Amino acid sequence: MNSPILLQPDETFILNVGPQHPATHGVLRVKMEMNGEYIVNAETVIGYIHRMHEKMGELKTYPQFLMNLSRMDYLGALGYSHGHVLLVEKASGIVVPERAEYIRAIMVELNRVASHLFWFGAFVMDLGGFSPLMYALQDREHILDMLESVTGSRLTYCYFRFGGLCNDVDDNFIKAARQFIPRMRKSMKKYHKLVTGNIIFRKRLEGIAPLSKEMCRKYGASSAVARGSGINFDVRKNEPYSVYPEFDFDVPVYHECDSLARYMVRMDEIEQSLRIVEQGLDKLPGGPIMPDKKPKLIKPPVGDYYQAVETARGSFGIRLVSDGGKNPYRLKLRSPTYSNMHLFDEACQGMMIMDALAFMGSLDLVIPEIDR
Amino acid sequence: MVAYFTEIYTGLMSLFIGMGITFKEFFKPTVTVAYPYETLTMSSRYRGHIELVEDEEGNPQCVVCGLCEKACPSDCITLAGEKPEGGKKKVLTKYMLDFTKCSLCGSCVESCSFGAIDFSKEYNLASTKKEDFYFDLLKRLEERKK
Ligand code: SF4
Ligand code: SF4
Repeated sequence: MNSPILLQPDETFILNVGPQHPATHGVLRVKMEMNGEYIVNAETVIGYIHRMHEKMGELKTYPQFLMNLSRMDYLGALGYSHGHVLLVEKASGIVVPERAEYIRAIMVELNRVASHLFWFGAFVMDLGGFSPLMYALQDREHILDMLESVTGSRLTYCYFRFGGLCNDVDDNFIKAARQFIPRMRKSMKKYHKLVTGNIIFRKRLEGIAPLSKEMCRKYGASSAVARGSGINFDVRKNEPYSVYPEFDFDVPVYHECDSLARYMVRMDEIEQSLRIVEQGLDKLPGGPIMPDKKPKLIKPPVGDYYQAVETARGSFGIRLVSDGGKNPYRLKLRSPTYSNMHLFDEACQGMMIMDALAFMGSLDLVIPEIDR
Repeated sequence: MVAYFTEIYTGLMSLFIGMGITFKEFFKPTVTVAYPYETLTMSSRYRGHIELVEDEEGNPQCVVCGLCEKACPSDCITLAGEKPEGGKKKVLTKYMLDFTKCSLCGSCVESCSFGAIDFSKEYNLASTKKEDFYFDLLKRLEERKK
């Protein structure tokens, strides 16, 4: 008979989470050194779906690269495209009509709500609750329908163009968006009752995985991860771009630093995004969606340019070094989850594995976006 | 001590509230459809793979300028044309789309100033063979004509 494997009191073992694992929502691998149920050390291993987006940026012309941005983060794609078009427009001095900027902001915010809804569902599912995912997807489907009716795609949009947009919104979209806002507000109440108030949910998040301000700064964390730790930073407010200064919205900040705080920030952000969409629809000016003279050949002058935007996952930065040619000399994509994820190694030391998985869910990781 | 029991009470209540919500949702009308027995109509801007647009006589409107080929970021489009004897304009002889690489970005459709290509509404395209995704758009146009 085989004798059972017995560990010495201080002996540790290695546990592999991923690369294919339901708790990581993608191909992320975490090598955990475990002492019983406690994590001694963890090492995140990335790169399983690296697709060389930066290199493609150098090899393709500017318009040809437009569609790549939405493949980085498939849940909140429009925010990334927004950063790219803003950067190239800034570099080559293209003026965007006001209507186009407003529509962009509305679309990005709707996409942010959709992304947060999916995160909400998946996060609760990580913790063992299945039905909230279904309710969240049902609401998200309304947003996707709206976005599809305008952009033609449901997930990987290629909608923004240098100088404006490829399609205008119609009355049906505006009507649908107006109907959606109260519906979503009602759903938010339901979610808070169903999930936020739930005792099991709270016990698994309250006081778990505290991230200090210093740690967030050290790793360059942004989005709800930083705002849940009391750092009041939102690119839309701190480095305003597009038409965001025209909107009246708040940046939710929580000081508890735990997983619940990160959850609450995102939930509050949905409401703030709805407010932006509402104001955007009210203020939506008429006029063209492309400049009168469509920019034909995009060749930004020699220089070094940078643009940061607040996407659903945090501060996304994109840097362009142009040598005056048809394609960029260098295109650097700063992905927010890349920074947010690297906290994990340090923060989960000494944590129980179940808490670590809940913590990972609260970081809202999208792996293709890390690997890009 | 009191706090302990209050927590048990509120905790239990929160579970019942949650149960109540799921119970209510249970009796709400179904929102999904039983695909493939039922299907939804695609929105008017839905992007399926591209398709050649014909003129009144059923011939392709394409003038073989090659702009779509150049605009495509993934080199999906291969086309060829020739001038017929005595004719002035080039006539399309080949239009191949490699849909395995297409990202449905729409650059080709936008780059065409003649309105000669458009998105189709097709989405039932599952297959186990790669070759099924190399579309001969000219042939498809001929078949449509019949
Ligand atoms: S939609 Fe985009 S990727 Fe597809 S064939 Fe047209 S240009 Fe190429
Ligand atoms: S751009 Fe239009 S006209 Fe020119 S080759 Fe392509 S389909 Fe034909």
